Amino acid sequence: MVKSNSNNMTSVIVNNISKKYKVEKSQVTALNTVSFEVSKGELFGIVGPDGSGKTSLFRVLTTLLLADSGNASIEGYDIVKDYKIIRKKLGYMPGRFSLYQDLTVEENLSFFATIFNTSITENYDLIKDIYQQIEPFKERRAGKLSGGMKQKLALCCALIHKPSVLILDEPTTGVDAVSRKEFWEMLQRLKAQGITILVSTPYMDEASMCDRVALMQNGKILAIDKPDQINQQFSKPLWAVKAASMYSLLKTCKKWEAVESCYSFGEYYHVVMKSNINGEEAIKTYLLQHQFLDIEVHQITANIEDSFMALMNKSHD
Amino acid sequence: MKQFFAFVKKEFFHIWRDKRTLFILLGMPITQIIIFGFALTNEVKNSKMAILDFSKDAASSQLVQKMSVSKYFDATTVLTSYQEVLPVFKKGKVKMILVIPQHFANDLQHGNQGHIQLICDGSDPNVANTLSTYASAIIKDFQSAIVKEQKLPYRIETDIRMMYNPELKGAYSFVPGVMALILMLTSAMMTSIAIVKEKEMGTMEIILVSPLRPFGVVIAKAIPYMILSMVNVATILLLSVYVLDVPIRGSLLLLLSEGLLFTITSLALGLLISSITDSQQVAMLISLMGLFLPTTVLSGYMFPIENMPLPLQVMSNLVPAKWFYSIVKTIMIKGLGLSYVWKETLILIGMTVFLFGLSIKKFKTRLS
Repeated sequence: MVKSNSNNMTSVIVNNISKKYKVEKSQVTALNTVSFEVSKGELFGIVGPDGSGKTSLFRVLTTLLLADSGNASIEGYDIVKDYKIIRKKLGYMPGRFSLYQDLTVEENLSFFATIFNTSITENYDLIKDIYQQIEPFKERRAGKLSGGMKQKLALCCALIHKPSVLILDEPTTGVDAVSRKEFWEMLQRLKAQGITILVSTPYMDEASMCDRVALMQNGKILAIDKPDQINQQFSKPLWAVKAASMYSLLKTCKKWEAVESCYSFGEYYHVVMKSNINGEEAIKTYLLQHQFLDIEVHQITANIEDSFMALMNKSHD
Repeated sequence: MKQFFAFVKKEFFHIWRDKRTLFILLGMPITQIIIFGFALTNEVKNSKMAILDFSKDAASSQLVQKMSVSKYFDATTVLTSYQEVLPVFKKGKVKMILVIPQHFANDLQHGNQGHIQLICDGSDPNVANTLSTYASAIIKDFQSAIVKEQKLPYRIETDIRMMYNPELKGAYSFVPGVMALILMLTSAMMTSIAIVKEKEMGTMEIILVSPLRPFGVVIAKAIPYMILSMVNVATILLLSVYVLDVPIRGSLLLLLSEGLLFTITSLALGLLISSITDSQQVAMLISLMGLFLPTTVLSGYMFPIENMPLPLQVMSNLVPAKWFYSIVKTIMIKGLGLSYVWKETLILIGMTVFLFGLSIKKFKTRLS
C-alpha cells in the first residue's frame, strides 16, 4: 500500500483529474475526478473496457492533453507547469503503433535515441533483452514487422532514453498470446530495474500480473487494489454453469429473479446469485424445470474479471 | 544540434524511400517546362495556309515564296477557285488563305497599288489575329523591298521594337511563372503534407513527448524540401537556358537568392497549413485551392493583373507568387539588379517573417 505522505517513494500522483470532450454538440466525460498514486518501481495496471478513459488519462499524464480540472505530478514535477522536464523523464508508448513505418528497425531506434540526446550503445543494457529478439530484423522496415515485433520495437524506442516512468497504452492489444506473455515478462524485468510502469489493458487476465490495478469505467476509477485483494472483495457466491443449449441458458438465467448477474466466461456462464441460500442443487433444479440437458454447475472463486463485472454492475445501479 | 540533424536525416529517408513522390517532385519542373515550352504555347508556328493565286506572275510567286519560307506559315494547299475556300475551312485543313487577285504584278507596277486578301479562320480569334498580323508584316516587308527602288515623297515608317523579348517568345513569361508555381507546390504542399502525416500516423504524439523543441521540429521538416526546391530551381533555369533559349540577363546569384527567399515563403505557408489541419487530404486540398489557384490566376503570369477588376487587383497583392514573378521577370528577362526589385523583395521578406512567426506560434506543444 502506498502512503501518500511518503513523497520520496511516490512516483506518480493524480489528484481529481477531470476531462471533458466536445463530441459534435454533446459533452462526453472522458475522465471524472480520477485520483490515484503510484509508488516508485511499481507496476501499476489500469484495466477497463474500450472508451473507459484509459487513453485520455495517459495523454493527460504524458502532458499531451490538458485536464479541465485537478492536478497531477510525475516524479515531483507538475504535469502542466514542468511539462518540459517531464517529457525528458517519460517513456511513452501510444496505443497505436506510432513509429516510422518507412524507416528500418535500427533507424527508428537510433532516431529516437538521438532526439532524446542519447545513443543505442549508451543504454543498450536496458533494452538488450528485448532488442535481441528483433535484432535479426534490424534492416527491415518497421511497417513490415509483425504485430508483436512492432510492440517490442516500440517498447525499445520508449525505453532508449532510460526513462524513470514508463507509460504504456494498451501495449498488448492485437498481439498474439505468446508475444503477450513475453511482453509482460519484459515488463517484470523492467520493473526489477526500478522503473515505474503504468500500463493499461482491456484484458482482465493481464491485470493479475500487475502489483496493483485500477479498474476503470466511464472515466471513473471503480477500485484500486492488489489483484488478489480485489477478488477477495467479491462477496457473493459465484457459480460456473454449462448446459446443452447455451443461448437459451443465458436468457433463462437472466430472467430468474434469484440471479444477480450472468455473463459468459469461456465455455461456461458465470452466475452470481443474490443470496447464499441458493446452492448447486437449487440451480440444477431450476434449470431442470426449464428442460435443460447436460447441466453442469460448480462453485468457483472469483477472478479479476468477475470482480470487474461486479464492480461495473454496482456502478450502473 | 545533433537531434536536429537526426531529424533532418530522418526526413530525407522519408522522401528518398517514397520513390513515386520523389519522382513526381523532381520530374514536375521538367515536364512543366517541356509542356509549356513546346505544347501549350500561344505563339503561332508553322500554321497551315492555302494559296489562291489568280495572278500567277513574278510578283505573286515572289510573295507566296516569302510567306512559305517564314517559320510562321506552311503553305500546304493550293486552291484554284473561290468555291474551294469554304470546304477547306470546314475541313479545318488551313488557318488562313492568301488570295492574290489577277494582274497583281501589273497593278503594282503601273497602278502603284496592289490588293491582297487574307481570309482567316476566326473560330479562334487569338490565332486569327496573330496570323493576320504576321501575314501583314510579311506583306509589308515584301512591299518595302519593292518600293526601295522607287523613292516616294512622303512616308512614315513605324519601327516597332519589342524590348527585352524582341521575338515575343512566350517562354519569357512562362519560365518565371512555372518557377513560382513549382516552388509553391513542392515547398508548401509537400511540407504541409509531411507534417500532417506525422499527426495522422501518430508519430507526432511521440515527437511531442520528446525534448525536441517545436521550432526545431518545424525547421527540420522544412529543410529537405528547401533543398529539393533549389534543385528544382536549378533544373528550371538549366532547361530554360539550354532548351528554350531564354537568357538569364541579370545576376544568377541574385536570382538564386530570390528563389531561396520565395522557397522559404512557401515553406512558411506550408507550415501554417499543417498547423491548422489534421489530415493529409485536407492539407492537400487547402494547398491546391489556397495556393495553386491564386498562384496561377493572380500572379499575373497567365492573365494580366492590370485588366482585372479592382477587388481582384487588391487581392493579388496578397499572393506571394505575384511578387516573385515580377522579381524573376525583372532579373532574368530585363537583366536589372537588386535596386529594381528591392520593394518586392522586402514584401516577400515581410510575408515570410509573418507566416513563420504565425506557424511557430500555432505549432501545438500538445495534442489539442
